[in-house]
Order: sequence, then structure tokens, then C-alpha cells
Amino acid sequence: MMPATITYETIEDTVKQALPRFGVDSSRGTREATFEELDLDSLDIAELSQIIEDDYGVRLTSDDLGSLESIDDTIQLVLSRIP
Amino acid sequence: MNAGCTGVVVTGMGAVTPLGIGSRTLHERWLAGCSGIEAGEGPASDFRSDEHLSLKEIRRADRYTQLALVAGDEALAQAGWSRADLPYDAERVGVVVGTGFGGIGTLEYGKEAFGEHGRLRVPPLSVPLLISNAAPAALSMRYGLRGNSYATVSACAASAHAIGQAMRMIQVGDADAVVTGGSEAALTPMIRAMFSALDALSTSGLSRPFDARRDGFVMGEGAAILVLEDEAKAAARGARVLAHMRGYGACSDAHHLTAPDSEGRGAALAMTRALQDAGATPSQVVYVNAHGTSTPLNDRAETKAIKAALNGRAAAIPVSSTKSAIGHLLGAAGAAEAVATILALRDGVAPPTLGHEQPEEGLDLDYVPGEAKPLPPAEAGRPLALSNSFGFGGHNVVLAFEPARAVA
Repeated sequence: MMPATITYETIEDTVKQALPRFGVDSSRGTREATFEELDLDSLDIAELSQIIEDDYGVRLTSDDLGSLESIDDTIQLVLSRIP
Repeated sequence: MNAGCTGVVVTGMGAVTPLGIGSRTLHERWLAGCSGIEAGEGPASDFRSDEHLSLKEIRRADRYTQLALVAGDEALAQAGWSRADLPYDAERVGVVVGTGFGGIGTLEYGKEAFGEHGRLRVPPLSVPLLISNAAPAALSMRYGLRGNSYATVSACAASAHAIGQAMRMIQVGDADAVVTGGSEAALTPMIRAMFSALDALSTSGLSRPFDARRDGFVMGEGAAILVLEDEAKAAARGARVLAHMRGYGACSDAHHLTAPDSEGRGAALAMTRALQDAGATPSQVVYVNAHGTSTPLNDRAETKAIKAALNGRAAAIPVSSTKSAIGHLLGAAGAAEAVATILALRDGVAPPTLGHEQPEEGLDLDYVPGEAKPLPPAEAGRPLALSNSFGFGGHNVVLAFEPARAVA
């Protein structure tokens, strides 16, 4: 599952592809989009974090999830945790 | 509770059953002798969640809750309600919905994920989806209903309990209206295997209540939701009354984990209590919608109970089982059958017990074999119909309905 090279763009792609699962069109998943704008709540973000963990092996704690406000925040955090 | 206290009326009904989407569909197809049972089960196969709910709503709800939401939408629309235009203070509208197993499909899926991938791969939404109060919670949120809301759990009597408790909530003045009913989506591999292990399911795959060849029940799934309102307040807003909810009788067998009392004493007591609650006598009863599971024990005990509760009147009253057409909706059965009972009363017709052909000694009531027939008139007073529901554990619940009265 884990891409050979992990970049900002690969994580962004993962997040965008996951959005329809939450009833959000992928095209709305711009980097600047906030979860509030996308109507994603804490339950959605918990699911999104599981998808990220599956794909990148990065486990986000509940404290991490509470601090995230946008797609860009999420991607930056995941990137920073990749060994 | 009896005559003199707050009247309660039914102003909206919705159903999703093995006979299709809609309360009228249930009534009309059953009347016509159609069966929703296929390959030994009654799936709600016309139900496609994405035709009624958004992707997000679907992901946030187990099938059991999805069925309840769709039945609820129909019921509230029929009552003339909408989220933006509730006829009552939202804090005075309750939600009581029964279930046998709640979000059991979610539990099974989560268990599989747990077994295959470990505890970190269990879906995060598992708990809110599987809890047995998910359906009333979802209905409360969907319509912004902020009165008392909860679930009832008493196996196959659960939604009859829900409707009875909803009636009480209005009668004691805790609510002006209550959205109530039941839902079940337990056609899952595990529940199927477990009922089978208990030897409760029909091996022939046929639901033929009261027939000599009956050999167990056929599992079904679905939901039914009713809107109950304080009669005076419903009249003040000009609501169309579908039926009067007149009586609620409940008791326990205190006998056995699965078997009914063989003499049907608990069932008879619940019927008697429902009539007493309505301030009525057996002479008013024109129809009994039986629990009629198609199990050897229930149908025999229930027949005895009907005879005991209705005395000499029993032989003159049509008794039919909705389960002959849709199977056993378990926790949703009482609500679906309440809907069927109300529509039978409205049209003055007893739908048939499908598949009932071979009589058994002692099972000698009028089970309406073959095809629908007109209801008899009441011997005295206003006509009433009883809807029986009995659950594993010995829970007995009977609801009494009266058809809408002519507007003066």
C-alpha cells in the first residue's frame, strides 16, 4: 500500500481520494480547505486518520486530530512524522 | 390509564418491509396475497439506501437506522411535519424506537476487522452505529426533536413496547407528540446461524402461521414508524387522524427464556389489560393482528390466549398474521403490524394469513385463510383492533386501536 516515494502530493492524493467516502466531492479538497468548510467532523477525521495510517504507517493520536483544521495541516503533520 | 385521560391519535405512518417501501405498499400487497418472503427469508429488497439518504447519512447509520430514517420520513411527511415546520415545541416531541439487535451488522463487520487486522483497524464509527439507541437518536437529530428519546429492547415485543410507552408519554403530559416504532436489520450471517442453532427457524422456509405444518419462523427485516399526537392538540392543528390509539397492555410470563407459557396466560393478560386500558370490552373487538410466528408453540399458546381474553367473542373475530407475508421482523414486528392493523381497520378488511391451509386440532379460530375478508361489526360500542406482540424472555405487549371517527 505504501507508495515508493512519499511526497506532499502523494498524501494530498490520498486525502482527496478519501473525501467522497465522507460525502465530499474530491474537487473541493483543496489544500487550503478547512474541515469545517468541508463539513467533516471529528468522526470523519478519525476515519481519515485510519486511512492515512493504513497507507503511510503514521498513527495520529487524538491530540493530533484535535489540532488539525485543514487538509494542508494534515498533510504537513503526516509528512513530518514519516521516518 | 383509561377513558377520561388524554386521547392519543396516530397521524402519520411509514414502513419499509419485505413487501416494499411504504405503509400503503405493506397493506395493499398483503391484502392482495403477495408475499415478501424469498428463499426462506424476508429481506427488504426494494430498499436502496442511496435512493433515500446522502452518502454521509448512509455512512453514519447502520442499516437498522437507515430503515428507521426512511420509514420515519414517510411517517412525518404523512403527519404534515417537517424539520423546518414542526407543529409543536421541539422540546415537547419525543422519540421511542424499539429494536431486537440494533446495529448488529456493524458489530459483525467490526468483529471481522478486529479478528483479521487487530484492534487498531476497527472502524471508528462502530460504537455509534451499533448501539441499539442509534435509530431514535438519528430520528431525533434529523428532525431536531428534543423531547425524551430512547430505545426499547424486549426482543420481538420491542416496538410494541415503544409505541405503548410513547402513548403513555403523551398521556402523562410529558410530550405533545412522539415519533415511535421499531427497526430491525438482522439478516446477518451470525444472527441467522444463531437462530438456526436455537432451532427456531423454519426448516421449510415457509411462514404459515396457525397451519398444522408450521415449523418455525422466517426472519425478516424492516422498519415502521408512527407519529402519535395528543388528540386535542392534533385536532387544534387540524391534523388528519389515521386512528385512535386506545389501549396498551403489557406483562411478563416469568416462565421461560424462549418458550411462551403453554396456556398463553401472559398473552391473555396483556390482551385483557389492553382492553381495560381502552375502557373496552371484547364485544368491541373486530380484528386481532396476531403475533402468529408460525412456530408450533406460539401459535398454539396464542390461540388459547385469544380465546381466554375474548371469551365467546373469539370465534367471531378474524385473526391474521402479518408474518405470513413478511416473515418475522423481530424488534420491528410490533410496529409494522401496528401499521398493518391500522390500515386494516381503516378499510374494514382483515388481510389473510397466507399459507394457512391445514387446520390443527385446537387451532380453530378464523385465521382468514385464502383471501382477505370484511371485518365484522362491533357487537357493541366503538370497534377496536388488537395487535399482539410477544418476545423471547416472556414479554407480552398488546396495542388496541380504533379507526378514525367521522368528523362531526
